[in-house]
Amino acid sequence: MPFEPVILFFLLGLTAGIARSDLKIPGVLYESLSIFLLLAIGLKGGIELARHPVATLLPQALAVLATAAAIPLVAFPLLRRFGGLGRADAASIAAHYGSVSVVTFAVAAAWLAGRGIEAEGHLIVFLVLLEFPALMIGVLLARGAGNGTPWGRVLHEVFAGKSIVLLVGGLLIGWAAGPQGIQPLDRLFIDLFKGVLALFLLEMGLVAAGRLGDLRRAGPFLAGFAIGMPLAAGVLGALTGTLLGLSVGGATLLATLYASASYIAAPAAMRIAVPEANPALSIGAALGITFPFNLLLGVPAYHWLAGSLEGAFR
Amino acid sequence: MSPRTTPCKLLTIICEAQLENDLVDDLQRLHATGYTIADVRGRGACGVRDAAWPPSASIRVEVLCDERTAGNIVDHLERRYYAHYAMVLFLGDVAVLRSGKFTS
Repeated sequence: MPFEPVILFFLLGLTAGIARSDLKIPGVLYESLSIFLLLAIGLKGGIELARHPVATLLPQALAVLATAAAIPLVAFPLLRRFGGLGRADAASIAAHYGSVSVVTFAVAAAWLAGRGIEAEGHLIVFLVLLEFPALMIGVLLARGAGNGTPWGRVLHEVFAGKSIVLLVGGLLIGWAAGPQGIQPLDRLFIDLFKGVLALFLLEMGLVAAGRLGDLRRAGPFLAGFAIGMPLAAGVLGALTGTLLGLSVGGATLLATLYASASYIAAPAAMRIAVPEANPALSIGAALGITFPFNLLLGVPAYHWLAGSLEGAFR
Repeated sequence: MSPRTTPCKLLTIICEAQLENDLVDDLQRLHATGYTIADVRGRGACGVRDAAWPPSASIRVEVLCDERTAGNIVDHLERRYYAHYAMVLFLGDVAVLRSGKFTS
C-alpha cells in the first residue's frame, strides 16, 4: 500500500469537508484526541529517554536547535521580499514553519514502523525541543526585542500551552517511570495510539478542507511557499540527521520535523504575540497545503532523501 | 415589571475563545462581580466561526453590572481588542432580582 492507512482517514475527512458533508467531529472530541496524542507521544519519548543517558543527547540536541533556527530566519525574508507580505504576517508564517507538527511526526513514525524501518526513539525529545524556539524567533522578527511585546503573556502562552505541558509532562512521566513502570498503561497509550491518530486525522481532514478557501485568497506565492519551504527544510533536516549519525529512519523523522509546520502551538502563541498578523494566511498554508503535502508526498520523499544521503556520506 | 426588580445592564461579548483568560482578568480588574461564559458558533465579519478546532472557536460572555462598570468595560475592550481580534459586544437594559449581587 503506497500510503500509511491512517492517511486515508485524513483523505476521507478532506473529501467529506470539500463535499460539504454533515460529518462533524465535536470540539470536545478534538480536544480529547489531541490531549491523548500529545501525552502518548510524550510518554513514548520519556520511555526512550530512560534508556539513554540524557547527557549523551545534549550535543545532538544543540546541533538540531542551531540548524532548525535557520528555517524561520530564511523563511521571513523570502516571505517579505518575494511574497510582498507585511512584517507581522511574514514573521507569523515563519514561526509556524519553524515550529513543528506533532501529528505529522506521528504519521511519519507510523509510516516507518509500517515498513519495518527502525528509528531512534529519542527523536521525540527533539520534537519537544523544536516546538518553541521558532515561536520566539517569530515574535522577535515581528517586533524586535524592544518594548511593546507582551513577553510575559507570550512565554506563558508557549510554555503553559497544552502542547508543551502535555509533551513535556508525558516525557517526564515516561522518563521517571521507565519502560517497566509504563507497561500497565500500554494498552491505553501504545495499543490505541494508531486508532486515535486515525480519528484525529479524520478531523484534521475536515478542518483542512475548511481552510482551502483562505488559500485561494492568499494567492499562488503562498501556495508555492507551502510546498517549497518544507522541501528545503526537509533537505536541511535529512542532512543534519545524517551528519549527526542518525539512522535512515532517524534522519527521515528529523527531516519531517524540520519540514512540518505547527498548527496547534504556533497559532495560539502568534495570536497573542502578533495579533495584527492574519491567521488565515499562516493556518491556511500550514494546514491547507503543507500538512497534506507532508502526509502524502513529503514523508516518502524525506525517507528517499535520507537513504540517498546515507549512501553518499557513509 | 415586578416592583421587586431593579434596572441593570446586560453586557454581552462574543469573541475568539482564545481571549477567555485575558478577558476574565480584565472583567475582574474592572469590577464586574460575575460573568457567564458559553461556547458558541456563528458567522460574522471574520467569516465562519464553526468551533471545529481551537482557532475557530468563539465564546459568549455575559456580564450583569451597573451602567458605570459597563461603560468602563466597553471602553477598555474597544481599546484593547477591537483592532486585531474578532469581537462583538452589545449592551441591553434588563431587570434583575437581588441587584446587590451585580454592583461592586
